[in-house]
Amino acid sequence: MATEAGPTASEYIVHHLTHLNTTGAAQKNIVDFGVFNLDSLFYSVGLGLFTVFLLYRAAQKATSGVPGRFQAAVEILVEMVSNQAKGIIHREESRRFVAPLALTVFVWIFLMNAMDLLPVDLLPRIWEAIYGAAGGDPHHAYQRVVPTADLNVTLGLSIGVLLICLWYNVKIKGFGGWVHELFSAPFGKHPLLAPINFLMQIIEFAAKTISHGMRLFGNMYAGELVFMLIALMGGAWVAGSGISGPLLWIGHVLAGTIWAIFHILIITLQAFIFMMLTLVYIGQAHESH
Amino acid sequence: MNLTSTLFAQLVVFFILAWFTMNFVWPPIVKALDERARKVAEGLEAAERGKHDLELATRRSVEALREGKEKSAELLAQAEKRAAQIIEEAKAQAKIEADRVIAGAKAEIEQESLRAREILRDQVAALAVAGAEQILRREIDAKAHDDLLHTLKREL
Repeated sequence: MATEAGPTASEYIVHHLTHLNTTGAAQKNIVDFGVFNLDSLFYSVGLGLFTVFLLYRAAQKATSGVPGRFQAAVEILVEMVSNQAKGIIHREESRRFVAPLALTVFVWIFLMNAMDLLPVDLLPRIWEAIYGAAGGDPHHAYQRVVPTADLNVTLGLSIGVLLICLWYNVKIKGFGGWVHELFSAPFGKHPLLAPINFLMQIIEFAAKTISHGMRLFGNMYAGELVFMLIALMGGAWVAGSGISGPLLWIGHVLAGTIWAIFHILIITLQAFIFMMLTLVYIGQAHESH
Repeated sequence: MNLTSTLFAQLVVFFILAWFTMNFVWPPIVKALDERARKVAEGLEAAERGKHDLELATRRSVEALREGKEKSAELLAQAEKRAAQIIEEAKAQAKIEADRVIAGAKAEIEQESLRAREILRDQVAALAVAGAEQILRREIDAKAHDDLLHTLKREL
Protein backbone atom coordinates (compact mmCIF):
# COMPACT_ATOMS: atom_id res chain seq x y z
CA MET A 1 0.00 0.00 0.00
CA ALA A 2 1.56 3.31 1.12
CA THR A 3 5.09 2.49 0.09
CA GLU A 4 6.13 3.84 -3.29
CA ALA A 5 3.68 5.99 -5.15
CA GLY A 6 1.12 4.58 -2.76
CA PRO A 7 -2.60 5.11 -2.93
CA THR A 8 -4.32 7.70 -0.81
CA ALA A 9 -6.13 6.67 2.33
CA SER A 10 -9.51 6.54 0.65
CA GLU A 11 -8.11 4.60 -2.30
CA TYR A 12 -6.61 2.11 0.13
CA ILE A 13 -9.91 1.63 1.91
CA VAL A 14 -11.92 1.35 -1.28
CA HIS A 15 -9.45 -1.14 -2.66
CA HIS A 16 -9.76 -3.25 0.44
CA LEU A 17 -13.53 -3.12 0.40
CA THR A 18 -13.85 -4.28 -3.20
CA HIS A 19 -14.63 -7.91 -3.79
CA LEU A 20 -12.88 -10.17 -6.19
CA ASN A 21 -15.88 -11.05 -8.31
CA THR A 22 -16.70 -12.68 -11.58
CA THR A 23 -16.77 -9.35 -13.44
CA GLY A 24 -13.19 -8.55 -12.51
CA ALA A 25 -14.10 -5.00 -11.53
CA ALA A 26 -15.90 -3.23 -8.75
CA GLN A 27 -19.63 -3.87 -8.82
CA LYS A 28 -21.65 -0.95 -10.18
CA ASN A 29 -25.20 -1.75 -9.11
CA ILE A 30 -26.34 -2.28 -5.55
CA VAL A 31 -28.06 -5.51 -6.54
CA ASP A 32 -26.66 -7.56 -9.36
CA PHE A 33 -27.41 -11.24 -9.35
CA GLY A 34 -25.19 -11.83 -12.35
CA VAL A 35 -22.18 -11.52 -10.12
CA PHE A 36 -20.43 -13.95 -7.77
CA ASN A 37 -17.99 -12.75 -5.15
CA LEU A 38 -15.22 -15.26 -5.63
CA ASP A 39 -13.27 -14.28 -2.55
CA SER A 40 -16.24 -14.63 -0.20
CA LEU A 41 -17.16 -17.93 -1.77
CA PHE A 42 -13.61 -19.22 -1.60
CA TYR A 43 -13.09 -18.35 2.03
CA SER A 44 -16.55 -19.31 3.24
CA VAL A 45 -16.60 -22.64 1.42
CA GLY A 46 -13.01 -23.30 2.43
CA LEU A 47 -13.71 -22.54 6.06
CA GLY A 48 -16.97 -24.49 5.88
CA LEU A 49 -15.09 -27.53 4.65
CA PHE A 50 -12.50 -26.96 7.35
CA THR A 51 -15.30 -26.79 9.92
CA VAL A 52 -16.89 -30.06 8.93
CA PHE A 53 -13.46 -31.64 8.53
CA LEU A 54 -12.53 -30.70 12.09
CA LEU A 55 -15.85 -31.84 13.49
CA TYR A 56 -15.76 -34.99 11.39
CA ARG A 57 -12.32 -35.88 12.70
CA ALA A 58 -13.53 -35.37 16.25
CA ALA A 59 -16.59 -37.48 15.52
CA GLN A 60 -14.52 -40.28 14.00
CA LYS A 61 -12.27 -40.51 17.00
CA ALA A 62 -14.98 -39.90 19.56
CA THR A 63 -14.79 -42.52 22.28
CA SER A 64 -16.68 -42.85 25.49
CA GLY A 65 -13.39 -43.34 27.30
CA VAL A 66 -11.08 -40.62 28.50
CA PRO A 67 -11.20 -37.89 25.84
CA GLY A 68 -8.16 -36.12 24.45
CA ARG A 69 -7.98 -32.35 24.49
CA PHE A 70 -9.32 -31.96 20.97
CA GLN A 71 -12.21 -34.30 21.59
CA ALA A 72 -12.98 -32.60 24.89
CA ALA A 73 -13.01 -29.20 23.18
CA VAL A 74 -15.44 -30.40 20.52
CA GLU A 75 -17.51 -32.07 23.20
CA ILE A 76 -17.75 -28.83 25.14
CA LEU A 77 -19.09 -27.18 21.98
CA VAL A 78 -21.52 -30.00 21.32
CA GLU A 79 -22.78 -29.97 24.89
CA MET A 80 -23.16 -26.21 24.83
CA VAL A 81 -25.15 -26.24 21.59
CA SER A 82 -27.12 -29.28 22.67
CA ASN A 83 -28.13 -27.67 25.96
CA GLN A 84 -29.16 -24.45 24.26
CA ALA A 85 -31.17 -26.38 21.69
CA LYS A 86 -32.88 -28.39 24.42
CA GLY A 87 -33.84 -25.20 26.22
CA ILE A 88 -35.31 -23.56 23.15
CA ILE A 89 -36.71 -26.30 20.92
CA HIS A 90 -38.82 -28.79 22.76
CA ARG A 91 -39.50 -31.15 19.88
CA GLU A 92 -36.95 -33.93 19.99
CA GLU A 93 -37.30 -34.83 16.33
CA SER A 94 -36.60 -31.26 15.23
CA ARG A 95 -33.57 -31.04 17.46
CA ARG A 96 -32.01 -33.92 15.58
CA PHE A 97 -31.59 -31.59 12.63
CA VAL A 98 -31.54 -28.18 14.26
CA ALA A 99 -28.91 -28.86 16.92
CA PRO A 100 -26.25 -30.04 14.43
CA LEU A 101 -27.21 -27.11 12.23
CA ALA A 102 -26.62 -24.73 15.12
CA LEU A 103 -23.27 -26.34 15.83
CA THR A 104 -22.20 -25.93 12.21
CA VAL A 105 -23.38 -22.34 12.19
CA PHE A 106 -21.47 -21.53 15.35
CA VAL A 107 -18.16 -23.06 14.37
CA TRP A 108 -18.36 -21.91 10.78
CA ILE A 109 -19.23 -18.30 11.60
CA PHE A 110 -16.61 -18.24 14.31
CA LEU A 111 -13.95 -19.31 11.83
CA MET A 112 -15.16 -16.86 9.18
CA ASN A 113 -15.13 -14.07 11.76
CA ALA A 114 -11.69 -15.12 12.90
CA MET A 115 -10.33 -14.25 9.44
CA ASP A 116 -10.59 -10.69 10.72
CA LEU A 117 -7.71 -11.34 13.09
CA LEU A 118 -5.26 -11.96 10.25
CA PRO A 119 -3.32 -8.83 9.32
CA VAL A 120 -5.54 -6.87 6.93
CA ASP A 121 -2.91 -6.70 4.23
CA LEU A 122 -1.54 -10.24 4.47
CA LEU A 123 -3.79 -12.22 2.15
CA PRO A 124 -4.58 -9.31 -0.21
CA ARG A 125 -0.85 -8.69 -0.64
CA ILE A 126 -0.21 -12.35 -1.43
CA TRP A 127 -3.06 -12.27 -3.91
CA GLU A 128 -1.66 -9.09 -5.48
CA ALA A 129 1.67 -10.84 -5.93
CA ILE A 130 0.03 -13.89 -7.50
CA TYR A 131 -2.22 -11.78 -9.67
CA GLY A 132 0.68 -9.57 -10.73
CA ALA A 133 2.84 -12.59 -11.48
CA ALA A 134 0.01 -13.97 -13.61
CA GLY A 135 0.15 -10.81 -15.68
CA GLY A 136 -2.72 -8.93 -14.10
CA ASP A 137 -2.76 -5.38 -12.88
CA PRO A 138 -2.00 -5.44 -9.12
CA HIS A 139 -4.23 -2.42 -8.65
CA HIS A 140 -7.16 -4.54 -9.67
CA ALA A 141 -6.20 -7.50 -7.52
CA TYR A 142 -9.10 -7.27 -5.13
CA GLN A 143 -9.44 -9.54 -2.17
CA ARG A 144 -11.62 -9.51 0.93
CA VAL A 145 -10.80 -12.23 3.38
CA VAL A 146 -13.61 -11.94 5.94
CA PRO A 147 -16.63 -13.70 4.41
CA THR A 148 -18.96 -12.52 7.17
CA ALA A 149 -18.13 -8.92 6.29
CA ASP A 150 -19.90 -9.63 3.00
CA LEU A 151 -23.63 -9.03 3.23
CA ASN A 152 -24.27 -11.82 0.74
CA VAL A 153 -22.79 -14.38 3.06
CA THR A 154 -24.66 -13.31 6.17
CA LEU A 155 -27.95 -12.80 4.35
CA GLY A 156 -27.46 -16.16 2.67
CA LEU A 157 -27.21 -17.72 6.10
CA SER A 158 -30.15 -15.83 7.54
CA ILE A 159 -32.34 -16.65 4.52
CA GLY A 160 -31.36 -20.26 5.04
CA VAL A 161 -32.64 -19.95 8.59
CA LEU A 162 -35.81 -18.32 7.27
CA LEU A 163 -36.42 -21.25 4.92
CA ILE A 164 -36.00 -23.68 7.80
CA CYS A 165 -38.45 -21.60 9.85
CA LEU A 166 -41.02 -21.72 7.04
CA TRP A 167 -40.49 -25.45 6.67
CA TYR A 168 -41.13 -26.07 10.34
CA ASN A 169 -44.10 -23.73 10.36
CA VAL A 170 -45.71 -25.88 7.69
CA LYS A 171 -44.53 -29.13 9.20
CA ILE A 172 -45.75 -28.45 12.73
CA LYS A 173 -48.95 -26.55 12.04
CA GLY A 174 -49.84 -28.00 8.66
CA PHE A 175 -50.08 -25.74 5.64
CA GLY A 176 -53.66 -24.77 6.45
CA GLY A 177 -52.86 -24.13 10.06
CA TRP A 178 -49.96 -21.94 9.16
CA VAL A 179 -51.94 -19.89 6.66
CA HIS A 180 -54.65 -19.56 9.27
CA GLU A 181 -52.08 -18.29 11.72
CA LEU A 182 -50.71 -15.83 9.16
CA PHE A 183 -54.11 -14.16 8.96
CA SER A 184 -55.27 -14.52 12.56
CA ALA A 185 -52.21 -13.65 14.62
CA PRO A 186 -51.13 -11.46 16.32
CA PHE A 187 -54.32 -9.37 16.56
CA GLY A 188 -56.93 -12.09 16.56
CA LYS A 189 -59.50 -13.61 14.26
CA HIS A 190 -61.56 -11.02 12.48
CA PRO A 191 -62.10 -10.52 8.73
CA LEU A 192 -61.18 -6.84 9.04
CA LEU A 193 -57.99 -7.63 10.94
CA ALA A 194 -56.84 -10.31 8.52
CA PRO A 195 -54.89 -8.00 6.18
CA ILE A 196 -53.23 -6.25 9.09
CA ASN A 197 -52.31 -9.54 10.66
CA PHE A 198 -50.84 -10.78 7.40
CA LEU A 199 -48.88 -7.58 6.94
CA MET A 200 -47.52 -7.84 10.48
CA GLN A 201 -46.48 -11.44 9.90
CA ILE A 202 -44.68 -10.60 6.68
CA ILE A 203 -42.92 -7.69 8.35
CA GLU A 204 -41.96 -9.93 11.23
CA PHE A 205 -40.41 -12.57 8.97
CA ALA A 206 -38.60 -9.96 6.89
CA ALA A 207 -37.35 -8.06 9.92
CA LYS A 208 -36.12 -11.20 11.63
CA THR A 209 -34.25 -12.39 8.59
CA ILE A 210 -32.73 -9.07 7.62
CA SER A 211 -31.73 -8.11 11.15
CA HIS A 212 -30.30 -11.58 11.64
CA GLY A 213 -27.99 -11.21 8.65
CA MET A 214 -27.35 -7.50 9.04
CA ARG A 215 -26.28 -7.78 12.68
CA LEU A 216 -23.44 -10.13 11.89
CA PHE A 217 -22.49 -8.29 8.73
CA GLY A 218 -22.49 -4.91 10.47
CA ASN A 219 -20.29 -6.06 13.31
CA MET A 220 -17.76 -7.74 11.07
CA TYR A 221 -17.74 -4.96 8.47
CA ALA A 222 -17.16 -2.35 11.15
CA GLY A 223 -14.45 -4.44 12.75
CA GLU A 224 -12.71 -4.89 9.43
CA LEU A 225 -12.92 -1.18 8.75
CA VAL A 226 -11.35 -0.33 12.10
CA PHE A 227 -8.49 -2.72 11.35
CA MET A 228 -7.98 -0.91 8.04
CA LEU A 229 -7.92 2.48 9.75
CA ILE A 230 -5.37 1.20 12.24
CA ALA A 231 -3.29 -0.13 9.37
CA LEU A 232 -3.54 3.26 7.68
CA MET A 233 -2.30 4.96 10.81
CA GLY A 234 0.69 2.65 10.94
CA GLY A 235 1.28 3.06 7.24
CA ALA A 236 1.39 6.83 7.65
CA TRP A 237 4.55 6.70 9.73
CA VAL A 238 6.70 6.60 6.60
CA ALA A 239 5.24 9.90 5.56
CA GLY A 240 5.36 11.35 9.07
CA SER A 241 8.13 13.80 9.89
CA GLY A 242 10.20 14.00 13.08
CA ILE A 243 8.66 12.42 16.13
CA SER A 244 5.23 11.84 14.63
CA GLY A 245 6.41 8.89 12.52
CA PRO A 246 7.53 6.57 15.35
CA LEU A 247 4.56 7.68 17.43
CA LEU A 248 2.19 6.63 14.68
CA TRP A 249 3.94 3.29 14.48
CA ILE A 250 3.60 2.79 18.25
CA GLY A 251 -0.04 3.90 17.93
CA HIS A 252 -0.58 1.19 15.33
CA VAL A 253 0.87 -1.47 17.59
CA LEU A 254 -1.14 -0.32 20.60
CA ALA A 255 -4.44 0.19 18.82
CA GLY A 256 -4.03 -2.95 16.76
CA THR A 257 -3.35 -5.04 19.86
CA ILE A 258 -6.24 -3.59 21.81
CA TRP A 259 -8.70 -3.89 18.94
CA ALA A 260 -7.62 -7.43 18.09
CA ILE A 261 -8.01 -8.56 21.70
CA PHE A 262 -11.40 -6.91 21.88
CA HIS A 263 -12.27 -8.45 18.56
CA ILE A 264 -11.71 -11.96 19.95
CA LEU A 265 -14.72 -11.26 22.14
CA ILE A 266 -16.74 -9.83 19.26
CA ILE A 267 -16.17 -12.68 16.83
CA THR A 268 -17.10 -15.27 19.46
CA LEU A 269 -20.06 -13.27 20.66
CA GLN A 270 -21.39 -12.67 17.15
CA ALA A 271 -21.05 -16.34 16.24
CA PHE A 272 -22.87 -17.23 19.45
CA ILE A 273 -25.61 -14.65 18.87
CA PHE A 274 -26.16 -15.88 15.33
CA MET A 275 -26.45 -19.43 16.56
CA MET A 276 -28.79 -18.51 19.39
CA LEU A 277 -31.04 -16.49 17.11
CA THR A 278 -31.11 -19.39 14.67
CA LEU A 279 -32.37 -21.60 17.47
CA VAL A 280 -34.82 -18.99 18.74
CA TYR A 281 -36.35 -18.33 15.32
CA ILE A 282 -36.70 -22.03 14.60
CA GLY A 283 -38.13 -22.49 18.08
CA GLN A 284 -40.70 -19.77 17.35
CA ALA A 285 -41.72 -21.64 14.23
CA HIS A 286 -42.75 -24.50 16.51
CA GLU A 287 -45.06 -22.39 18.64
CA SER A 288 -48.56 -21.42 17.77
CA HIS A 289 -49.57 -17.84 18.42
CA MET B 1 -22.54 -4.07 0.63
CA ASN B 2 -23.79 -5.14 -2.72
CA LEU B 3 -26.08 -8.07 -3.24
CA THR B 4 -25.01 -10.72 -5.69
CA SER B 5 -25.62 -14.35 -6.42
CA THR B 6 -23.01 -15.12 -3.81
CA LEU B 7 -26.03 -15.11 -1.55
CA PHE B 8 -27.57 -18.15 -3.22
CA ALA B 9 -24.31 -20.02 -3.35
CA GLN B 10 -23.89 -19.35 0.34
CA LEU B 11 -27.41 -20.63 0.97
CA VAL B 12 -26.64 -23.91 -0.76
CA VAL B 13 -23.32 -24.31 1.03
CA PHE B 14 -25.05 -23.65 4.33
CA PHE B 15 -27.51 -26.47 3.82
CA ILE B 16 -24.87 -28.89 2.64
CA LEU B 17 -22.74 -28.22 5.71
CA ALA B 18 -25.71 -28.52 8.04
CA TRP B 19 -26.68 -31.81 6.38
CA PHE B 20 -23.15 -33.13 6.70
CA THR B 21 -22.94 -32.20 10.36
CA MET B 22 -26.29 -33.75 11.06
CA ASN B 23 -25.34 -37.05 9.49
CA PHE B 24 -21.67 -37.53 10.18
CA VAL B 25 -20.63 -35.29 13.05
CA TRP B 26 -23.40 -34.95 15.58
CA PRO B 27 -24.53 -38.56 16.07
CA PRO B 28 -21.14 -40.14 16.93
CA ILE B 29 -20.19 -37.33 19.31
CA VAL B 30 -23.51 -37.36 21.09
CA LYS B 31 -23.35 -41.13 21.26
CA ALA B 32 -19.90 -41.01 22.81
CA LEU B 33 -21.06 -38.39 25.28
CA ASP B 34 -24.09 -40.40 26.31
CA GLU B 35 -21.97 -43.51 26.59
CA ARG B 36 -19.46 -41.71 28.77
CA ALA B 37 -22.20 -40.25 30.93
CA ARG B 38 -23.49 -43.78 31.42
CA LYS B 39 -20.03 -45.08 32.25
CA VAL B 40 -19.40 -42.30 34.72
CA ALA B 41 -22.73 -42.95 36.34
CA GLU B 42 -21.91 -46.64 36.58
CA GLY B 43 -18.48 -45.87 37.97
CA LEU B 44 -19.92 -43.58 40.58
CA GLU B 45 -22.45 -46.19 41.51
CA ALA B 46 -19.74 -48.85 41.76
CA ALA B 47 -17.65 -46.54 43.91
CA GLU B 48 -20.62 -45.93 46.16
CA ARG B 49 -21.22 -49.64 46.38
CA GLY B 50 -17.54 -50.24 47.14
CA LYS B 51 -17.64 -47.66 49.88
CA HIS B 52 -20.70 -49.28 51.33
CA ASP B 53 -19.06 -52.72 51.14
CA LEU B 54 -15.94 -51.40 52.80
CA GLU B 55 -18.00 -49.96 55.59
CA LEU B 56 -19.77 -53.25 56.05
CA ALA B 57 -16.49 -55.17 56.01
CA THR B 58 -14.98 -52.78 58.52
CA ARG B 59 -17.92 -53.22 60.78
CA ARG B 60 -17.72 -56.98 60.35
CA SER B 61 -14.00 -57.08 61.08
CA VAL B 62 -14.46 -54.97 64.21
CA GLU B 63 -17.20 -57.33 65.26
CA ALA B 64 -15.01 -60.38 64.57
CA LEU B 65 -12.13 -58.86 66.48
CA ARG B 66 -14.33 -58.12 69.45
CA GLU B 67 -15.76 -61.61 69.31
CA GLY B 68 -12.28 -63.12 69.11
CA LYS B 69 -11.13 -61.14 72.08
CA GLU B 70 -14.14 -62.18 74.03
CA LYS B 71 -13.65 -65.78 73.12
CA SER B 72 -9.99 -65.76 74.02
CA ALA B 73 -10.74 -64.14 77.36
CA GLU B 74 -13.38 -66.73 77.97
CA LEU B 75 -11.00 -69.52 77.00
CA LEU B 76 -8.36 -68.11 79.25
CA ALA B 77 -10.75 -67.99 82.17
CA GLN B 78 -11.88 -71.49 81.41
CA ALA B 79 -8.32 -72.74 81.23
CA GLU B 80 -7.48 -71.11 84.52
CA LYS B 81 -10.50 -72.63 86.11
CA ARG B 82 -9.60 -75.99 84.66
CA ALA B 83 -6.04 -75.72 85.89
CA ALA B 84 -7.23 -74.90 89.37
CA GLN B 85 -9.60 -77.79 89.18
CA ILE B 86 -6.84 -80.15 88.03
CA ILE B 87 -4.60 -79.00 90.86
CA GLU B 88 -7.44 -79.45 93.28
CA GLU B 89 -8.15 -82.91 91.92
CA ALA B 90 -4.47 -83.86 92.06
CA LYS B 91 -4.29 -82.70 95.64
CA ALA B 92 -7.32 -84.77 96.57
CA GLN B 93 -5.93 -87.77 94.73
CA ALA B 94 -2.59 -87.42 96.47
CA LYS B 95 -4.27 -87.19 99.83
CA ILE B 96 -6.27 -90.29 99.14
CA GLU B 97 -3.16 -92.09 98.00
CA ALA B 98 -1.21 -90.98 101.01
CA ASP B 99 -3.97 -92.05 103.32
CA ARG B 100 -4.08 -95.37 101.61
CA VAL B 101 -0.34 -95.82 101.89
CA ILE B 102 -0.43 -94.82 105.53
CA ALA B 103 -3.26 -97.20 106.24
CA GLY B 104 -1.38 -100.03 104.46
CA ALA B 105 1.70 -99.29 106.47
CA LYS B 106 -0.24 -99.20 109.69
CA ALA B 107 -1.86 -102.53 108.92
CA GLU B 108 1.47 -104.00 108.06
CA ILE B 109 2.97 -102.68 111.24
CA GLU B 110 0.08 -104.15 113.16
CA GLN B 111 0.52 -107.49 111.47
CA GLU B 112 4.23 -107.39 111.99
CA SER B 113 3.83 -106.67 115.63
CA LEU B 114 1.30 -109.45 115.95
CA ARG B 115 3.66 -111.84 114.35
CA ALA B 116 6.53 -110.67 116.47
CA ARG B 117 4.39 -111.15 119.54
CA GLU B 118 3.53 -114.68 118.33
CA ILE B 119 7.19 -115.51 117.81
CA LEU B 120 8.04 -113.94 121.10
CA ARG B 121 5.34 -116.02 122.78
CA ASP B 122 6.69 -119.17 121.13
CA GLN B 123 10.17 -118.35 122.16
CA VAL B 124 9.14 -117.46 125.72
CA ALA B 125 7.23 -120.75 125.86
CA ALA B 126 10.23 -122.62 124.48
CA LEU B 127 12.43 -120.82 126.90
CA ALA B 128 10.08 -121.62 129.77
CA VAL B 129 9.91 -125.25 128.71
CA ALA B 130 13.66 -125.30 128.28
CA GLY B 131 13.99 -123.77 131.72
CA ALA B 132 11.50 -126.18 133.14
CA GLU B 133 13.24 -129.04 131.35
CA GLN B 134 16.45 -128.01 132.90
CA ILE B 135 14.82 -127.86 136.26
CA LEU B 136 12.72 -131.05 135.87
CA ARG B 137 15.24 -133.12 133.95
CA ARG B 138 16.37 -134.47 136.97
CA GLU B 139 12.99 -135.50 138.25
CA ILE B 140 10.49 -135.71 135.39
CA ASP B 141 10.30 -137.61 132.16
CA ALA B 142 9.53 -135.15 129.32
CA LYS B 143 7.31 -137.63 127.62
CA ALA B 144 5.18 -138.20 130.66
CA HIS B 145 4.48 -134.62 131.13
CA ASP B 146 3.93 -133.64 127.46
CA ASP B 147 0.22 -132.99 127.92
CA LEU B 148 0.89 -130.79 130.79
CA LEU B 149 3.44 -128.80 128.90
CA HIS B 150 1.12 -128.30 125.92
CA THR B 151 -1.60 -126.99 128.15
CA LEU B 152 0.84 -124.64 129.68
CA LYS B 153 2.00 -123.39 126.30
CA ARG B 154 -1.57 -122.66 125.22
CA GLU B 155 -2.32 -120.68 128.29
CA LEU B 156 0.74 -118.52 127.86
